[in-house]
Amino acid sequence: MQYDHILIRYGELGLKGKNIRTFLIKLQQNIQQSLITYPDVKVKRTQGRLFVILNGHDPDPIIDICKNIFGIYSLSLAVKVKNDEREIRETVLKMMSKETENKTFKIKAKRANKDFPIRSLELNRSIGGDILKNVPHLKVDVHHPDIEVVIDIRAEGTYILTEIIYGPGGLPVGSSGKSLLMLSGGIDSPVAGYVMMKRGVKLEMIHFHSPPFTSERAKQKVLDLTKKLTKYNYHIKVHLVPFTEAQQLIFKHYPKRYGMTIMRRVMMKISEAICQQENILSITTGESLGQVASQTMESMNVINEVTNLPVLRPLIAMDKEEIVDISKQIDTYDISIQPYEDCCTVFVPKSPVIKPQRKRVILIEKDYDLTEAIKTAIEETKIIKISHTNDEAIDELL
Amino acid sequence: MIYLDNSATTKPDPSVLDTFNKVSMKFFGNPSSLHSLGAESERFFKKVRQQVAELLTCQEKEVVFTSGGTESNNLAIKGVANYYKKRGNHIITSEVEHPSVYEACKQLENSGFNVTYLPVNNKGIIELNELEQAITKETILVSIMHVNNEIGSIQPIEEIAKILKKHKSILFHTDAVQSFSKLKIPLKDVDLLSISGHKINGLKGTGFLYVKSGVQIDPLFSGGEQEFNLRSGTENLAGAASLARAMRLALNKLTRANQIDDLKQILIESLQNIEDVKITTPKESAPHIIHLSVPGIKPETMIHALAQRDIYVSTQSACSSKSADISRVLLACGYETEMAKSGIRVSLSYETTKEEIKVFIDVLQEEIEKIQEMLR
Repeated sequence: MQYDHILIRYGELGLKGKNIRTFLIKLQQNIQQSLITYPDVKVKRTQGRLFVILNGHDPDPIIDICKNIFGIYSLSLAVKVKNDEREIRETVLKMMSKETENKTFKIKAKRANKDFPIRSLELNRSIGGDILKNVPHLKVDVHHPDIEVVIDIRAEGTYILTEIIYGPGGLPVGSSGKSLLMLSGGIDSPVAGYVMMKRGVKLEMIHFHSPPFTSERAKQKVLDLTKKLTKYNYHIKVHLVPFTEAQQLIFKHYPKRYGMTIMRRVMMKISEAICQQENILSITTGESLGQVASQTMESMNVINEVTNLPVLRPLIAMDKEEIVDISKQIDTYDISIQPYEDCCTVFVPKSPVIKPQRKRVILIEKDYDLTEAIKTAIEETKIIKISHTNDEAIDELL
Repeated sequence: MIYLDNSATTKPDPSVLDTFNKVSMKFFGNPSSLHSLGAESERFFKKVRQQVAELLTCQEKEVVFTSGGTESNNLAIKGVANYYKKRGNHIITSEVEHPSVYEACKQLENSGFNVTYLPVNNKGIIELNELEQAITKETILVSIMHVNNEIGSIQPIEEIAKILKKHKSILFHTDAVQSFSKLKIPLKDVDLLSISGHKINGLKGTGFLYVKSGVQIDPLFSGGEQEFNLRSGTENLAGAASLARAMRLALNKLTRANQIDDLKQILIESLQNIEDVKITTPKESAPHIIHLSVPGIKPETMIHALAQRDIYVSTQSACSSKSADISRVLLACGYETEMAKSGIRVSLSYETTKEEIKVFIDVLQEEIEKIQEMLR
């Protein structure tokens, strides 16, 4: 007996009424995309259920991949047999004979195919009896069993499954629209991206770099972080904004203490313009309340003033420790802590304004017109596409 | 040409050489340079290390690139000895090690270390109880090779590891230069393990030492602290990349190891039919090495006679065959001096064919007869 299927359960997705089909197709596509290095493993959708068909593959690496796909609530390895009582009975017995410890079990037959001649209850009792007879260290417990054997009798065949492995839940990436993530290279922004993706959001990245003040390695860091996130969002566009000129002008023409606030406003304006170009409906940031000068209520109020796009801040109420935990879990922490200058750390004034006021900032901005510099930055923005599949040019060498 | 000296070195795979060329040109920047060329090289180097780690199923920080087997062995042995000399001054190795282990230990003896050279039985294998008896409170390192380079005997690495588990402060190094891609590598059993590129269709000057996470060693070279400060010197990026590729290709072949073993069996059966040939390879040994001797004929004569017919085999270890004519390894296995002088090593590769083996046997037989005729 060998497991040949993985049954995918999608929990919350089931609540989506008529949209369910679109969600399911998305989930199916995402699973297929995640398993792209296993071309003979297929994902099948039948009557609102999803199956991964292993075609002889070792299930363990496939399960490891599926455990990280948003929209999957849980999964189970399954064996598919014919709708034949003897075959079902023998398969269940073989599966249970592998158990070596004292455990309790329960048989739960489900007869979606009413043509099957034996009723569920009857099947439960007789197969349960078989196991009790043949595997003496197993006992029945119908309320809290260690092992629940599900016998799912359907038109196309019967699926037999035991263990339940939990997935991450959430919604399939791409089912909730697109957001532009402001990716600095720090710990927070990739976590913000991860949390949004879990909610089905597809991402594009925007990164501001200021050569020669920021290095090639700082840029590479952002691309490496993006690469980590392609595990969930398979192809990501990174918009690299050349920010040196604008940044220099800001710190030359405005009071130093307001440099940070105005820089953030400019970044927000540029982000909005990129959103318009790319048909993106919102901006996501990794801001967390009170963490640094630009993340006070006053700062956010002033910075947000330049755009009327929704600015999503999924980490706003999280503690740093919680954020660090997630970043370690998604493997971005070690990249984030590499000590390269980014554009936010380059021109930091000694004492930035922590509680800026809208009126005052608007007044200050009138001293110098940045429109041209902003326009140039947008025009010269480069797009780098990062994909979850390996870098072919390099793989060819190795 | 019939090349049967694959334990001395192998012919590079053309695609490995291609990788070396391309990487040399494309990533010539120094990975430690701050500018973008350096960053590109650094990033590529990371990929290379990642691939090697994946192939070995170890962590990236456990891979230390070196210039090959000899350096890896020296780094492991002297590195451990120097780092842990306050803990103890006793090292255990065997009488049949490769010169880069054996001589490294000899050198350490000159600087105050005590070394036990374990004897081997007639199959070339150490006795486990002798290892146990040799262990003292002063012992800091045991270095026992995986596959012997002259006769192909396989040492019981797993059993040795079991014994050493009882002695937490003793580190275990194995020289796996001859076994990589021919046998499963006992990485989980050891603390340090040496690999060389040119024995697996890679390039000369490439190799690495596996250093288990948590194990400390002293570097051999002082300098720019590359390779986690274990091997200073500008990274040989092209060499490392060629090694990563050679390893990938070699491990793909591991599933065909029984194919070489089949050839070896054919070879052994045919050799048994030649009257004057004695087979000195133990029965259970690595699939690619066959050691034989033709008593009465100097191996040198035999090698040259075969070379004239475009067939290439070796006397003992290529590394020591020029200096001494008596094999230390064969003597250790209990052979008479006469036999130890007349050893010939035939080593196969995944490219060796049945036809080549057949031709080799025929030519060997002819040449033995010819030489004996002349000597008469």
